[in-house]
Amino acid sequence: MLSFDRLSKTYADGTRALSAITLDVGRGEIVALLGGSGCGKTTLLRLVAGLDRPSEGAIRLDGEVIAEPRADVGVIFQEPRLFPWLSVAENVGFGLSHLSASERDGLVTTALVRVGLAGHAKRWPRELSGGQQQRVAIARALVTKPKLLLMDEPFSALDATTRASLHGHLLALWQESRPTVVMVTHDVEEAVTLADRIIVMQPKPGRVFDELDNPLARPRDRLSPAFEAMKREALRTLDRSLRDEAPHQEKAAETAGMWW
Amino acid sequence: MSVLEIAAAVDEPERRPAASRRSYRLAIAGFVLPIVLAILWEGLVAAGIANGRLMPPPSVVGRTLWGLAASGELLTHAGATLWRVAAGFGLGALAGTVLGAVTGALPVARSLLDPTLQALRAIPSIAWVPLFILWLGIFEASKVALIAVGVFFPVYLGVAAAIQGIDRKIVEVGRVFRLSRLAMTRRVLLPAILPAWITALRSGLGLGFMFVVAAEIMGASEGLGYLLVDGQQLGRPDTIIAAIISFAVLGKLADGLLVAITRPFLAWQDTARDKL
Repeated sequence: MLSFDRLSKTYADGTRALSAITLDVGRGEIVALLGGSGCGKTTLLRLVAGLDRPSEGAIRLDGEVIAEPRADVGVIFQEPRLFPWLSVAENVGFGLSHLSASERDGLVTTALVRVGLAGHAKRWPRELSGGQQQRVAIARALVTKPKLLLMDEPFSALDATTRASLHGHLLALWQESRPTVVMVTHDVEEAVTLADRIIVMQPKPGRVFDELDNPLARPRDRLSPAFEAMKREALRTLDRSLRDEAPHQEKAAETAGMWW
Repeated sequence: MSVLEIAAAVDEPERRPAASRRSYRLAIAGFVLPIVLAILWEGLVAAGIANGRLMPPPSVVGRTLWGLAASGELLTHAGATLWRVAAGFGLGALAGTVLGAVTGALPVARSLLDPTLQALRAIPSIAWVPLFILWLGIFEASKVALIAVGVFFPVYLGVAAAIQGIDRKIVEVGRVFRLSRLAMTRRVLLPAILPAWITALRSGLGLGFMFVVAAEIMGASEGLGYLLVDGQQLGRPDTIIAAIISFAVLGKLADGLLVAITRPFLAWQDTARDKL
């Protein structure tokens, strides 16, 4: 459904942020991009969102090359990025201006109930807590029913309890329409909680180090041994990626070449 | 926890009026100094310790002001001044907003126009007066033009800086929702610069009142500035002070009006306004 084809991004100052990323994401899949800082996770997400152009390679969504933001792609940023001059309800309905007022009101009300902010429709963003603001941002991104949802460390600024409850909200919303989700995170537990597949990235230049399938059934119990084991495996892979080893895939090829 | 809540609930009705009484007291505190000074001066002159000829006591100024108001003169002069400020402010604010928006939004326009405008800004605005009088005559047009020039620069600078200072992050949200150029301007850029624009308009209005005095002192047959010159030529400091007080009141009222009109649009701001 979503595919990256030898994607590279070099910034104007010569920094190579991404190098030859090739990856396929299936419909309805939740993929987590996991990695330390500076490995190009956010750059990759911005390319998928159409906010930046790749230097080489292409991103295809259902066969179409992404070159600019699309209506069927929703984005949740690291910060809530609400419009401070719009009420909570107007923020959620920002992407629905093509609908009639009554249709819009219906969708916005439902979305606010889903994220547990039903009574806050008329308030200003400044009157909400950080977690509530991020929930408004989630509602704003999901109310347009995107088929691809991009999330850039959306919960990194929140405390552990708020984060866990937002994971629950998000999965409940995801279950309704099952959009494809690509999320960036540096939090191993978050990746294991949410993702079907974890892509571990390596910095300088940003590239894919390894892929981990996460077969745990939902809802996932954070305290189960299987969850712990998955977490440990992801952590181990992340550690190896930071110790600057050569990417897993290349190493396999080298070994094969050494055979004779 | 519940004990604390109950205590807070009991406290609430007590605390509210106390707080509002305190802010009310703070609001009238500003009147104390001028009133004390006025009474002091009045007393000194009445007791014969000070000579009230060059600095007339409040009672004399009040009588002059009342006389001007009763004869309708004050209304004529204030009306003329207000009209000039309104016309000059309207023109200057409009030009400043449009040019500020253009140079703020388009780099080409910025490198083309901004250096010239900055150079013009370095000219003391009063220096334009002889030229404006030659070009536009000695009547209203030259005065309005001078006020417009004075209003233009703070508005222009404020708007241009506000547009360049718009948060990239919030513009990106607009891009994600695929807003057209027009929709982006209307739904994101304009609301984002609104607070800075209003501040720019307020400082522009203040300068407008400054320049109307300059324009009227340099030649007018009516207006509060004319009243100043008239008081000087007739040796009537009470008239001068009456005109100065009228200026203060008008300027304050005009600024208050601007703030009152724009306040509903800024209710969303997350500021410390109430606490500071």
